[in-house]
Amino acid sequence: MARATPRQIALDLERRRKEAAGVAVGQSYWSIARRRFLRHRLALIGGTVALLLTVMALLAPWIAPQPFDRIDLTRRWATPSPTANLFGTDELGRDVLTRIMYAGRISLVVGYVTAISISLIGSLVGSVAGFYGGWVDSVLMRLVDILISVPTLPLYLILAALLPGGGVGRIVLVLSVFGWTTVARLVRGQILSLKSQDFVEAGRAMGASEGRIILRHLIPNALAPVIVASTLVVGNAILIESALSYLGLGIQPPIPSWGNMLQRAQEYLLTASYLAVFPGLFIFITVLSFNFLGDGLRDALDPRLKT
Amino acid sequence: MQRFLVRRAMHGGIILIGLSILLFTLLVMTPGDPVELIAATTPDIKPEDVAALRAYYGLDDPIYIRYFKWARSVLSGDLGYSRTYGTPVTRLMGERLRNTLMLLATSVAVALTVGITVGIYSALHQYSATDYTVTVLAFAGLAMPVFWQGIVFILIFSIWLPGMFPWFPRFPAGGMMTPGIDPGWPMFWNRIWHMILPVAVLATSGMASWTRYMRSSMLEVVRQDYVRTARAKGNAEKVVINRHALRNALIPIITLVALSLPGILNGAVLTETVFSWPGMGLLLFQAVLGHDYNVAMAVLLFVALMTVMANLLADIAYAIVDPRIRYD
Repeated sequence: MARATPRQIALDLERRRKEAAGVAVGQSYWSIARRRFLRHRLALIGGTVALLLTVMALLAPWIAPQPFDRIDLTRRWATPSPTANLFGTDELGRDVLTRIMYAGRISLVVGYVTAISISLIGSLVGSVAGFYGGWVDSVLMRLVDILISVPTLPLYLILAALLPGGGVGRIVLVLSVFGWTTVARLVRGQILSLKSQDFVEAGRAMGASEGRIILRHLIPNALAPVIVASTLVVGNAILIESALSYLGLGIQPPIPSWGNMLQRAQEYLLTASYLAVFPGLFIFITVLSFNFLGDGLRDALDPRLKT
Repeated sequence: MQRFLVRRAMHGGIILIGLSILLFTLLVMTPGDPVELIAATTPDIKPEDVAALRAYYGLDDPIYIRYFKWARSVLSGDLGYSRTYGTPVTRLMGERLRNTLMLLATSVAVALTVGITVGIYSALHQYSATDYTVTVLAFAGLAMPVFWQGIVFILIFSIWLPGMFPWFPRFPAGGMMTPGIDPGWPMFWNRIWHMILPVAVLATSGMASWTRYMRSSMLEVVRQDYVRTARAKGNAEKVVINRHALRNALIPIITLVALSLPGILNGAVLTETVFSWPGMGLLLFQAVLGHDYNVAMAVLLFVALMTVMANLLADIAYAIVDPRIRYD
């Protein structure tokens, strides 16, 4: 190993001194963000739980105690027991734990795919509105105003009743059509503040095309809030999906979803109340963990809080 | 101020018009128009009669002409007939509206009282165990699926607890009143008795988010110079908090309540469905299921009108309580 030059030693000393004083040096935005995130206890718990739930959903066919559509009429209404059916069985003798795992696949796929599609649509609309301004901006933002100022659940209900089918794709479509507004508004604000900055001006002076400026300069810099927002979208999408499925307009049986399991369960509250407890608990825990995760990411990525 | 209000009112008008266009487009896209229904229920109808009926109802007109015709009749107070009930939509909505407002107003009042009180306490005891618990509970409240909370409350308060303890009152699991109750005070108390669970469920998300906002608003204000000045003058802590900090911290909450209204109305649809509370939310849900789109449309437009008005009121209230705000 070569001997350190005086300059290197000086730099090293400077870095250690600053680190001791708690100032971040020579670190990228992302590594600062990572450190701040790892200090956020609730966010770490939320992230871990979200990860565990995702793994459970992915591995459902291998770890579920039973095939998901197995009907066993000799074992209907079995109450939860640690030895046989951990969460009990339903009105057809199907294992509730198995169904919850498979339902988790559906709900999480809906959450993730909706988050991706909403971030894409929202970023596109937001950056177009923010970049071009003028009447394009006015029209798009009035549309956002409309969708933000009215309760959206009824709109989801009507759209869901219009579209045929009962699968994942349809629900993602329903959620995306009205759900992109928050992200669009966010991205537009970011683009507006970014587009007058020097590096954008420099790019333009060097002859970059508008598409290149949007894709290479503006969107990457507006990424952090979009990441935060889309994490929160995952939880929110699962919440709306489960509400729609509970109302009978979302995922249709026999495909299990946490929401439609609760729809059936409400009929058997007096005889088999455990049916109403577990699916809801899973919705609650999933949404809660994604919200914690999103909150931690916001604290970590928000430059206004940079120490 | 006046100019600002006129501008805001126009903005609200644009939102309503935009929404009506959006809804009308959705409505037109739905399969099965009224004439198709008549044709389906009358097997021996002649094709030329169908055509005549279609022309009579203007179903073959271009969509924008249909929209203008529809808008004109709505503006003259004719919201059409309900397919399911066979009565004018306006008559159907009156009573439902009262029931929803009862639920909504009580929930907002409960949520505001609890949210503001707890938020202030939490802010004044920042980083205490209580503060931490409140923060976690607020997160829990926001992640709670409204309909599941309703189901769990029914389980706990109408089934489990009364089953376990004979002295525990059995809360009603749905409906608005016990049939055959005497009018007057007994009916009034019976109504309140039926409202407790749905109000608790509907108030949860508002409580959670207003607690969080009140907490951060209060934390922001107590750091301000004028609060320090108030302390330096030798005021009692109570006076500093109540007179100087609290009043200013409350200002942003006004806007927030108006902004939360759409979310609370979403919750009302679910709460009314779980507790079979005969309000606008349940009406809307049944209308969507029964393809009764005149009713769905009317409810939605009305709800949108309510939120737009609430926002306008919030703007006015904001200007009244905060003299720093000048709108021109």
